[in-house]
Amino acid sequence: MATETAASPLPDVSQHLTTDDRSGLLRAMLTMRGIEERAMTLYRQGKVPGSFYDGFGQEAVSAGATWAMAAEDRLCILHRDLAAHIIRGVEPWRIFAQYMGRADGITRGRDGNVHFGDRTKGCVGMVSMLPDMMLIATGMAMAFKLRGEQRCALTWFGDGSTSRGDFHEAMNWAGVQKLPVIFVLENNQYAYSTPVDQQFAVNPIERAAAYGFPGVSVDGNDPEAMFEATRVARERAISGGGPTLIEAVTMRMHGHAAHDDMKYVPTEKVEEWRRKDPIERQEKRLEALGVDTTAIREEVKALIEQSVERALQSPMPDGNTVTDGLFADEPSLLEDGNAPWSGFKGA
Amino acid sequence: MPTMTYLQAISDAMREEMRADERVFLMGEDIGVFGGAFKVTDGFIDEFGAKRVMDTPLAESAIVGCAIGAAVEGLRPIAEMQFSDFVSCGFDQLVNVAGKTYYRMGLSVNITVRLPSGGGFSGGPYHSQNPEAWFMHAPGLKIVAPSTAEDAKGLLISAVRDPNPVLFMEHKHLYRRIKGDVPEGTYETPFTARIAREGTDLTVIAYGAMVHTALEATADLDGASVEVLDLRSLVPLDEEAILRSVRKTSKVVIIDEANQTCAAGAQVAAIIAEKGWEDLDGPVLRVATPDVPIPFSPPLEQAVLPQVDDVREACRELLEY
Repeated sequence: MATETAASPLPDVSQHLTTDDRSGLLRAMLTMRGIEERAMTLYRQGKVPGSFYDGFGQEAVSAGATWAMAAEDRLCILHRDLAAHIIRGVEPWRIFAQYMGRADGITRGRDGNVHFGDRTKGCVGMVSMLPDMMLIATGMAMAFKLRGEQRCALTWFGDGSTSRGDFHEAMNWAGVQKLPVIFVLENNQYAYSTPVDQQFAVNPIERAAAYGFPGVSVDGNDPEAMFEATRVARERAISGGGPTLIEAVTMRMHGHAAHDDMKYVPTEKVEEWRRKDPIERQEKRLEALGVDTTAIREEVKALIEQSVERALQSPMPDGNTVTDGLFADEPSLLEDGNAPWSGFKGA
Repeated sequence: MPTMTYLQAISDAMREEMRADERVFLMGEDIGVFGGAFKVTDGFIDEFGAKRVMDTPLAESAIVGCAIGAAVEGLRPIAEMQFSDFVSCGFDQLVNVAGKTYYRMGLSVNITVRLPSGGGFSGGPYHSQNPEAWFMHAPGLKIVAPSTAEDAKGLLISAVRDPNPVLFMEHKHLYRRIKGDVPEGTYETPFTARIAREGTDLTVIAYGAMVHTALEATADLDGASVEVLDLRSLVPLDEEAILRSVRKTSKVVIIDEANQTCAAGAQVAAIIAEKGWEDLDGPVLRVATPDVPIPFSPPLEQAVLPQVDDVREACRELLEY
């Protein structure tokens, strides 16, 4: 169907990125893929409890969007968006500790896999009820507007999420109030085993107009297209223009979780999308610019190995602490995260 | 000290907190120009403007979810459910996001959700419920339920200042029926129980509107000295105050206006069974609404909600035990 081939109105290569930015995008995507591949091995070794979810093939969606976000902006991150955490400054060893349920994981073992958000980096972790985080991001945007701040909130959600009521409630309220929020619909073609043609009759991007704001479909396997769409949406948001819905057209290349053999996906479809791999595309772009991408790969590989070693040293949490910290004694709020885009330097 | 109705005390709490702290704002359905379905926010929009007295679409999940988003950014929203019954539409955001966020990620969620609750005036199945027990079962949410005007103000101010999500159960049947002296300015009432009347022969434990039912039922009960314990807070539950009263009187009647199974009073009875067993001199009796929807027609509604005579009967039975 139409959602599989995005006709992006945006330039293939963003004019707002330096070579360092482009390398940064590649580094973030390689780190995401490297962490997830290594974590899958840890899972098979029995070191990751529960199940394991990854975003193989979707790295550009979180990397590109996060690159456009300022330090004081806020992100509500979905489970196939690991690059967002990485760019905001979460150290990979803590991500491995998180996967393994260790005391040094972001949630200290209290929640699993990619269910985390580092509040000190301006991030809120998802819950399994999707897309609950659309409303949280909308509420953050409401706070920015109330205080007259030029800031913006962004959240990701999947194609399946567009069927639930919170999608409507968030889109509607954000539209009514013209809130500075960016909704990134990560259309990876399947919600667990349900294909998009059984999820909606009309592509949700077309609903944006009905809520009073623009919707734009983007090649979700191009980090620079994702960056550019998000940059434009952010400009619009912080200048009082209101929300934007961005459809990142991509493909879930692995099963819903580690147990899922994806037998419901035609092999040709996976093969077709393998040729659109976002990491290979960004590497080619950088090689044309004369960047040594092998060096970046080596650097990431070394970081991941050190990170796994460090995470394995992290203790398991103490069962005696399990009832601690249900309630806060003092406020403990969101803080600013990393914002490496060159466009923010000196701003 | 001015005398106020329970409703005026709730308004006063919000007005004083909004004057004192610009982080505090209100959101809900029809709370602006209209002043709220019960007029709790009457005139607020004139003093504080539409930005801080925010009329929302008819969308309870959005009201709760957006309140959470604003709270993690440092604001202190007070969200109104027009009727507590409608909180079922915001249940997921409360239970899965608000209640679990601090435990999971150390991110505090300073929201107050006001829930006009309770029956007694033909509201029918969808305007009469007491949903507090749904949330007592969900970790991470505090729940308070004042019975007096003074406590309504103090508990609401405490709720707004508490860095955690707090559900504020305000009983609709007390809004204009109950009056009392209310201190001026701002003050906090702790999330602990209060002895509404001292007594030595028997304890009646209640909260919200049922405190008044308990007081009326036992004001003159064949000369018996009946203590009435007003829980005020359901989470945290003041276990020490409950057990102290049990030690003193050895006989306990617990009233719930909520449906009886797994109601707040069931938890109180369980605490007494576990930790106050040796202080008892008779079974713990409960007077509660049977497990049916709250019916509309007056004789049907009166037949299910605990009445003064039901409480008197239970107390007499236990006193004679």
